Amino acid sequence: MELYNLTAHELLGKIKNKEVSPEEIFLALKKRIKEVDCKVRAYVRADKSEERIRESKNPKTGLLEGIPVSIKDNICTDNCNTECCSRILEGFKPPYDATVIKKLKEAGAVILGFKTNMDEFAFGSSTENSFFGSTRNPWDLERVPGGSSGGSAAAVAANEAILALGSDTGGSIRQPASFCGVVGLKPTYGRVSRYGLIAFASSLDQIGPITKDVRDNALLMNCISGYDPMDSTSVDTNVPDYTQALVNDIKGIKIGIPEEYFVAGLDPEVRSVLEESIHKLKALGADFKEISLPHTEYAVPVYYIIATAEASSNLARFDGVQYGLRVDKTRNLIDMYKNTRAEGFGEEAKRRIILGTFALSHGYYDAYYLRALKVRTLIKQDFDAAFKELDCILTPTSPTPAFKIGEKTADPLKMYLSDIYTISVNLAGIPAISVPCGFTKKGLPVGLQILARPFAEEMLFRVAHTYEQNTCWHKMEPKI
Amino acid sequence: MAITKETVEYVAHLARMELEPKELEKLSRQLEGILDFIDKLKAINIDNIVPTSHILPVSNVLREDNLKESLPPEKALMNAPAREGNFFAVPKVIE
Repeated sequence: MELYNLTAHELLGKIKNKEVSPEEIFLALKKRIKEVDCKVRAYVRADKSEERIRESKNPKTGLLEGIPVSIKDNICTDNCNTECCSRILEGFKPPYDATVIKKLKEAGAVILGFKTNMDEFAFGSSTENSFFGSTRNPWDLERVPGGSSGGSAAAVAANEAILALGSDTGGSIRQPASFCGVVGLKPTYGRVSRYGLIAFASSLDQIGPITKDVRDNALLMNCISGYDPMDSTSVDTNVPDYTQALVNDIKGIKIGIPEEYFVAGLDPEVRSVLEESIHKLKALGADFKEISLPHTEYAVPVYYIIATAEASSNLARFDGVQYGLRVDKTRNLIDMYKNTRAEGFGEEAKRRIILGTFALSHGYYDAYYLRALKVRTLIKQDFDAAFKELDCILTPTSPTPAFKIGEKTADPLKMYLSDIYTISVNLAGIPAISVPCGFTKKGLPVGLQILARPFAEEMLFRVAHTYEQNTCWHKMEPKI
Repeated sequence: MAITKETVEYVAHLARMELEPKELEKLSRQLEGILDFIDKLKAINIDNIVPTSHILPVSNVLREDNLKESLPPEKALMNAPAREGNFFAVPKVIE
């Protein structure tokens, strides 16, 4: 067992007992990255960036003192490249830290200077849309790690990261966590500050933790949660100590199984793994109930209107004026905008900007955008009704295990449908966690997703922790 | 709904994005497919449904108008593709 195999809470124990130093942990991790990242390619600019960022040499002992944390390429770190894996942000060094980075520094964490790979601007479900090329799934290097936080999930799975941050707009933390066999949480909208997260869809985006086990996830949430005056959509409510929710007991917990999530399109192997997990949770004392979330089938179309509309507006700022790429061939301002954006954005970014601009354009706004906002209300109401008599809802995280690289790149719609089980959560603003729950015959991880009412992350941690303590899936490691 | 190349070209102009003829063709085809899929939303009755543009009851967040530290010009301009003095330089707008 090497230091990089351990969880953050195990390493914190060893640091406290003076068995290891933060320096030894960092060097072990660095060695591991050097050994396996040429195969996994979870990180970008590893050769060009500063290795690590710490506020001071002797910070006061914090929650994550000496623990390395890997950061997705869309979260701003002061003076350290943050490019959203897009050509249009090539060379961009933010002049400030995102609030989550500031909080991690205060907690004594060691932040890796090179970032984790992602789909350009988080547009994708496979990390294949990265300007830097795709990341590989550590369980099968011919397959995708999921996306868009594929680099963060693959790094944690391959023991190239101790803790990682991702962002989730329609499943971008949970789906890759499921594909890579690690734990990923999308917090309640407003729980974690978005200040310094390069915006994709502002009403859906949340930063969240990707970790080796549930305890580490709770630990990281303790560090990054809370109200931030710099984010007017962050919510000013008390942040509990999430590690207190890690009790091995779910007796009497009411869990709903939505019929709409167990239909044609769900891979039979994923289904049978999920059914076993449900049996396990039943045996541990949970009460299951079949429920209906009748507007589920509309979540993907609603999402691809709202998310692209918001994205087209957010991405207007990339125009070659203040940062990143500038292509100026004719010395004409409008041409400069058009050429910069033509050369700077990748194919999927262009597709989403066009779709979003179309949905907001004169003559189509009511038919598409406004209609989508109204159906979003119905989707949210489905959850409000369900949570009146439930503690949580259980679903598969993704309808399939990790797919092959290139398998879905030709058909955007096919790719969009791989987020079919994760998207409703963002539309409703509720929290959800994906935890490993088994493997297919080919040895690919499967994840189960637990959903709860707003600000009920403790319930997610309780159920996920109990499941984890009574299974061994989180202990499995890929051979790379 | 049929999406012509001209429609995509018009939307691309609104989005200030130059697209090549090949891209226009591919995007109009793909957009048509995606919009056909999205059209299933037309089957739902949305009479009297209030739109949700935001999941939280958001309101304006105001703060006291106090002088605070802000980004110094050097930092604000550190990523500028082109600058003149303390300004972002762009191609001439007015002839």
